Amino acid sequence: MEDMLFYDRMQFAFTITFHYLFPQLTMGLSLIIVYFKWKFLRTRIDYYNDAAKFWMRIFALNFAMGVVTGIPMEFQFGTNWAKFSELTGGIIGQTLAMEGMFSFFLESSFLGLFLFGEKLLGHKLHFVTGFLVFLGSWASGFLIIATHSWMQHPVGYEILSNGKFVLNNFSALFSNPWLLPSYLHNQLASLVTASFVMAAIGAFYILNDRHSNFGKLFVKTGVIVGLVSSVLVAFPTGDWAAKNVVEHQPVTFAAMEGLFKTQDGGSEIVLIGQPNVVDKKLDNKIAVPNILSFLTYKKWDAEVKGLNEFDPENYPTNIPGLYYAYHIMVGLGTLFIGIMALGAFQLWRKKLYSTKWILWSLLFFLPFPYIANTTGWYTAELGRQPWLVYNLLRTSEGISPTVSSGNTLFTLLGFIGLYLLLGMLFLILVGKIINKGPVTSEA
Amino acid sequence: MLAIYVILDGYDFGAGIVHLFFAKKEKDKKAITNAIGPFWDANEVWLIASGGVLFFAFPTLYASSFSGFYLPLIMILWLLIFRAIGLELRGQIHNKLWETVWDKAFGIASFLLALFFGIALGNVVRGVNLGMVENGISAHEAHYFFLPLWNPTFSPSAEHLGIIDWFTILLGLVGVITLTIHGANWIIYKTNSDLNNKLKTAIFRLNFVLLALVILSLVVWHVIAPKPFHNFIERPWMWIFPLLTLTGLFGLFKVKTFKKDGIGFIFSSLFILGGFASTAASIFPKVLPSTNTVNPSLTIYNVAADEYGLSVGINWFIIALILLIAYVFIQYKVFKGKMDDIGYGEH
Repeated sequence: MEDMLFYDRMQFAFTITFHYLFPQLTMGLSLIIVYFKWKFLRTRIDYYNDAAKFWMRIFALNFAMGVVTGIPMEFQFGTNWAKFSELTGGIIGQTLAMEGMFSFFLESSFLGLFLFGEKLLGHKLHFVTGFLVFLGSWASGFLIIATHSWMQHPVGYEILSNGKFVLNNFSALFSNPWLLPSYLHNQLASLVTASFVMAAIGAFYILNDRHSNFGKLFVKTGVIVGLVSSVLVAFPTGDWAAKNVVEHQPVTFAAMEGLFKTQDGGSEIVLIGQPNVVDKKLDNKIAVPNILSFLTYKKWDAEVKGLNEFDPENYPTNIPGLYYAYHIMVGLGTLFIGIMALGAFQLWRKKLYSTKWILWSLLFFLPFPYIANTTGWYTAELGRQPWLVYNLLRTSEGISPTVSSGNTLFTLLGFIGLYLLLGMLFLILVGKIINKGPVTSEA
Repeated sequence: MLAIYVILDGYDFGAGIVHLFFAKKEKDKKAITNAIGPFWDANEVWLIASGGVLFFAFPTLYASSFSGFYLPLIMILWLLIFRAIGLELRGQIHNKLWETVWDKAFGIASFLLALFFGIALGNVVRGVNLGMVENGISAHEAHYFFLPLWNPTFSPSAEHLGIIDWFTILLGLVGVITLTIHGANWIIYKTNSDLNNKLKTAIFRLNFVLLALVILSLVVWHVIAPKPFHNFIERPWMWIFPLLTLTGLFGLFKVKTFKKDGIGFIFSSLFILGGFASTAASIFPKVLPSTNTVNPSLTIYNVAADEYGLSVGINWFIIALILLIAYVFIQYKVFKGKMDDIGYGEH
C-alpha cells in the first residue's frame, strides 16, 4: 500500500514537473508575441513582425511538447488516481473538461492558423489569430488553477452518503477565494519565465554579435517585462497567495516557514537553516526577529502559530521538502527583482547593450525562473499534503485500488526514459531555432 | 466525441501506416507528412477533450476503465509521444540512416496505435471481470478491475482475461485495415501525389479483406458474447447504424470511379462512425459488460455523474461544441485544397 502510494505520487510528480516546463513559457510568451504583432500592426515595420514570427516558432515547439506531455496528466487521474476521480469527478471533471473543450481547442486551432496562415489571412486577421492563441493559453491556465484551487480549498460541493462529492454550486468554483490570487501569481510567474528567456536569448545574440538588432529588442523587452512581472509576482500577488495559506492552511504555513514553535512577542523570519524534524528545530539558523509577524499580520508582535499547535496527523508529509521549495522560490524571486532592476537601470542610462556583465548575467539566469516556478508549485502541492482535497480526502485514499506498485513502477520508468529522449529532442530543436535566429523578411 | 476523435486522429494514424507500407520514394513520404502536417496535433486535442468529458459526465466509468486498462492506456500514451517524436525529428538531420529510423518509428507507432484502438474496442465488447471475482467472491469494489496484457492461452473465454486475446486481436486487425483505408483516403484527398492511383488500387483490395474480417468478427462475437444482436430485434430503428457502416464499406468498392477526391474519405468516415454507433447500440445500455455473474455490468445509468453537475455541464458543453465546430470550419477552410499546392513550408 505504502509502495503504491509512493510510486503513484512519484509518477505524477515527475510527469507534471516535466510537463509544466513548457506551459510556463508559452503562457507568458504568448502575451509578448501579441505585443510584437500589435507593434507591427501600428508601425508596419517588418522588424516587429519578424520578431513575433521567431518567437512563435519557439512557442509552437513548446506548445507541441506541452500537448504530448499533457495527455498523460489527464490520463493519470483515471489510471493512477481512480478512487479520487470516481469520488470527485463530478466536480473537478467539470473544470478539466472545460479546459479541453474551451481553451485547448481555441489555442490549438488558431496556433495552426497563426503558424501557417499568414499569407492566406492578411495582417489584421493574423494578429487576431495570435491574440486568440494567447486567450486560449491563459484560459487554459485559469481552468487548471480553478481545479487546483478546489483541491486546496473545496467549495460548492456536497458529500453524499457513499462518499461521493457532488457539485451544488457551479459558480462557486470560479468565485473561490483561492483562485484569483493563485491565478495571477502563476500567470505573472509565467511572464517572469518568458521575459527571462527572451532577455537571455537577446543577450546571447548581442554577445555573439549575431542578429544584434533583434538581440537589443529582446533584451529590452525582456528586462522591462521582467522587472514589472518579478515585482508583481512577489507583491501583491505572492503576498495574497500566502495570506490564503495563513488563513486556510495554517499548519502548512508554519511548515513552509520552518516555524516549529509558536514564538512569544512576534515571530522571526528564517532566511537560512535546515529543518530538523526529529528535534523539531532548525539547524544553522539565520533569522531576523519579528519580520514574519509583520509580513503576515502587519503587526510586529502578532502571534504566528507554530507546528506545535497542530495535530501531527495533519502535518504536511514532507516538511523539509516543503520548506526548501518555498525558500528557493522566495530566494530566487528576490534575486530576479535585483537583476532585472540593474538591467532596467542600465537601460535607462542607455548602457544596457554594452554592459557585458549584465548581458552575461541575463544569459546565466535562463534556468532559474524554471526552478522558481517548479519550486513554487512544489510549495503548493507539498503544502496540501497529506490531503488530496484539503481536510476532506487523504492522498492515500485516492489511488487506484487495482493497479499494483510493480505496474506503476514499470510505467514510471518508461516515462523517465521516454521523457529523457523527449527532453533531448526539445533541446536539439530549440537550439536549431535559436541558432538560425529571426529571419528578416524581404521588403 | 470519441468517434470524432477516431475519425480525425485515425486518418493521421492511417497515413502513418500507408507511410510504412506504401511510400517508397522520398517525394511520396514528403507528400504524406505534408498532408497531415498542420492537423495532427489539433486532432490529438480531441483525445484530451474526450477524456475530459468522459471524466466529468461518467466519473465511475472513467475511474474503472482507466485503472483497469492501465497498461494499454499508458502504452498508448507512449506510442502517441513516440510518434510525435518521429514526425518532428525526422526532418532535422539530412542523413539517410537517420531518416529511415524515424520513418519506421513513425510508421510502426501509427500501426500499433490503430491495432490498440481495435483491441480496446474488442475489450469493451467482450467485457471484463468487474470486481475481479474469484470463486464467486469479489476481490475489489464491484466496478474495479485490472487486466494484464494477455493470459497464457490468449483466450477470450478464459476465467482470467487479458487485454490481448485472439478475439481482440481480430478487432485490432479490423482497426488497422480500417484506418489504413481511411488514411489513404485522406492522402488522396489532400495531395496530388503520384501515389494516389496506387492507393486507390490498395483501398479496393484492402476493402475485401475488411469485409471478410468484419463478417468473421461478427460470427465470433456471436459465439463468445451472449445475444449481441438482441438490441436490434428489440429496437429496429437501431438498424440505421449498421446500414451506415455498410454504406461506407460498399461505397469504398467504387473508389476508382469517384470524380472528386474527397468522397472516399467521406465513405471511410461513415464506416467508422457507423461501426462505433453499431457497437454502442449492440451493448446498450451497457458501457462495460461484466463477465461474471456476481457484479452487474457498468451501464450508462450507474456510471453517470449527479444530475445538477450534468445539467450545468450540458449548457457549457453545447456552447463549447458550437465554438468548436466554428474553429474546425475556419481551420479547414483556410487550409482547403491540396496541401502540396499550399506548400506550407518548413515546420
